[in-house]
Amino acid sequence: MKVLVAVKRVVDYNVKVRAKSDQSGVDLANVKMAMNPFCEIAVEEAVRLKEAGKVEEIVAVSVGPDAAQEQLRTALALGADRAILVRHEGESEPLGVAKVLHKLVEREQADMVLLGKQAIDDDNNQTGQMLAALMNRPQGTFISELNIDGEQVSITREVDGGLQKIRFQLPAVITVDLRLNEPRYASLPNIMKARQKPLDAVDPAELGVDLEPRLAVLKVTDPPVRQAGIVVETVADLVDKLRNEAKVI
Amino acid sequence: MSRYVSWFDSPLPCGLYYNQAHEAWRSTIRSFVDEEILPHVEDWEEQGTFPRELYGKAAEIGFLRMGYPEELGGIEMPDPFFGIVAHQEMARHASGGLNASLSSHNIGLPPVAAHAGQALRERIVPEVLAGEKISALAITEPSGGSDVAQLRTRAAVDGDDYIVDGSKMFITSGMRADYITTAVRTSDAPGARGISLLLIEADAEGVSRTELSKMGWWCSDTAAIYFDGVRVPRSHLIGPENEGFSLIMRNFNSERLMMAAQSLGACRVCLDAAVSWAQQRETFGRRLAEHQVIRHKIAQMVQRIQATDAYLLQTAWRLHSEEAPPVVDLSLLKVQATEAMEFCAREAMQILGGAGYMRGHPVERIYREVRVSAIGGGSEEIMRDLAARQLGL
Repeated sequence: MKVLVAVKRVVDYNVKVRAKSDQSGVDLANVKMAMNPFCEIAVEEAVRLKEAGKVEEIVAVSVGPDAAQEQLRTALALGADRAILVRHEGESEPLGVAKVLHKLVEREQADMVLLGKQAIDDDNNQTGQMLAALMNRPQGTFISELNIDGEQVSITREVDGGLQKIRFQLPAVITVDLRLNEPRYASLPNIMKARQKPLDAVDPAELGVDLEPRLAVLKVTDPPVRQAGIVVETVADLVDKLRNEAKVI
Repeated sequence: MSRYVSWFDSPLPCGLYYNQAHEAWRSTIRSFVDEEILPHVEDWEEQGTFPRELYGKAAEIGFLRMGYPEELGGIEMPDPFFGIVAHQEMARHASGGLNASLSSHNIGLPPVAAHAGQALRERIVPEVLAGEKISALAITEPSGGSDVAQLRTRAAVDGDDYIVDGSKMFITSGMRADYITTAVRTSDAPGARGISLLLIEADAEGVSRTELSKMGWWCSDTAAIYFDGVRVPRSHLIGPENEGFSLIMRNFNSERLMMAAQSLGACRVCLDAAVSWAQQRETFGRRLAEHQVIRHKIAQMVQRIQATDAYLLQTAWRLHSEEAPPVVDLSLLKVQATEAMEFCAREAMQILGGAGYMRGHPVERIYREVRVSAIGGGSEEIMRDLAARQLGL
């Protein structure tokens, strides 16, 4: 079985981001970038499947600038076999990325696509779902457990009301949630070995995909500063404030 | 709006010294510190120790194995910059003591890996690099440290063994070390000339040790070690007899580079803490950062940090690419780095005021670690003197 894992280059989760003063976006100057944490979980799951003998090849894919090679190399250090960079400067939107992945699934004859449920930069949570629609294949989203038996996939997904268990057939699209696994560290020897693994770059035009943005960002601002709270003395005070000041009950 | 970005949150300047692989390695260390160390480090400092398992975990990611031959379980490094980023990132948890113990093999083990007999080397080195055993270096004695002519621990030949008598002082990892690379006197030749290196196993009969409590480095185990008629096989001799001193000296070059990186990392932690506080705290109707006395302190910290960083990278490059080690600069770099650390710890504490003086604050810890950094691994005075001698003054 061949697995495609999507990997996105985003601002490191430790970094406190700031909106640019012209409100055109987030200030990325001199900011450390990293692999989206959900993508790390997707890579880890693919590697575990390979270690369990259920997957033969893992191909990591990223849509992004040349610098996104860094994140692909990290995926290779974590255990992916090869990587494909689809070169694209500027914003990448879910539909465009889904189209790219769709083309690559066809070209690579992949049986499964693993993605993070969302990226921590724009938090869209759409790419996996759009991809499944384009492929016209089953999707399992926000999964916290994955079992594969031949062509049969059983997953547990985290939904608002609890846990939902679903079974479906490969090929399929799977998006992962935080509790699926704890990703390993990219060890130094594996970082060194990853430098020798194949990393190909393609242009979206070669895949027949147009990544020009369909969405217009009007403005990006810092969240409003939170007002200081107050301590209430009694439950009665609390209820009074909720009813008469906040007017929520 | 502040445009200050911490070094820890900035990308490495790729091109001249660093490339993608250094950045990837740095990210691994960062996650390792976040997940394995930061949640526990304050407790470990208070408890005066940290779990032995941490050695195994640090070995697994490759941190302990940097710079040793592959056939002994090491990772051969293409350049010193992997170590430099790793040691700076490891400063982020602000426990120099943890780092000192965790990396004590980097002073104890290199002579074994390079100069011990094959059987000994193949037995000892892989265990230490796997984090299963702990290695320490024992040179300093109650009677002297930097002045090796004063070393009195004696190893006398008796058949196939040496009999070792004497004591060692201020030994990092001394309580937990399994293998102690020990400087002993094997002849009465004056000064450095009668000194040999012996690998002594800590469970040998006649070895005893006492824990020493210290101003800083609380979670590092530091010991006085006593040798009372300890029998050590002659096969445990490291390098030729009476030539131990040059083996010790050779190892100081890369050690001082890494010590400079650790001190620089500590400076960055102080700067981050000071900036963050200066931007929040208001006095006399303005943020601290808007008071000239405070903003100038921060500018001076940045100036010294940048100068140290540039000196470190340039000296590392020269050590890597030139035939003869740049001893003058390696010595003065160490002084530069610990003086910068002293300055940054002081000024950060001044800016933080009471908040920084509270036990458990990273700056409070670093403040207590300034002196050991400026003394251990070659005191500032010895470093300047070494540089002056090398300059032929």
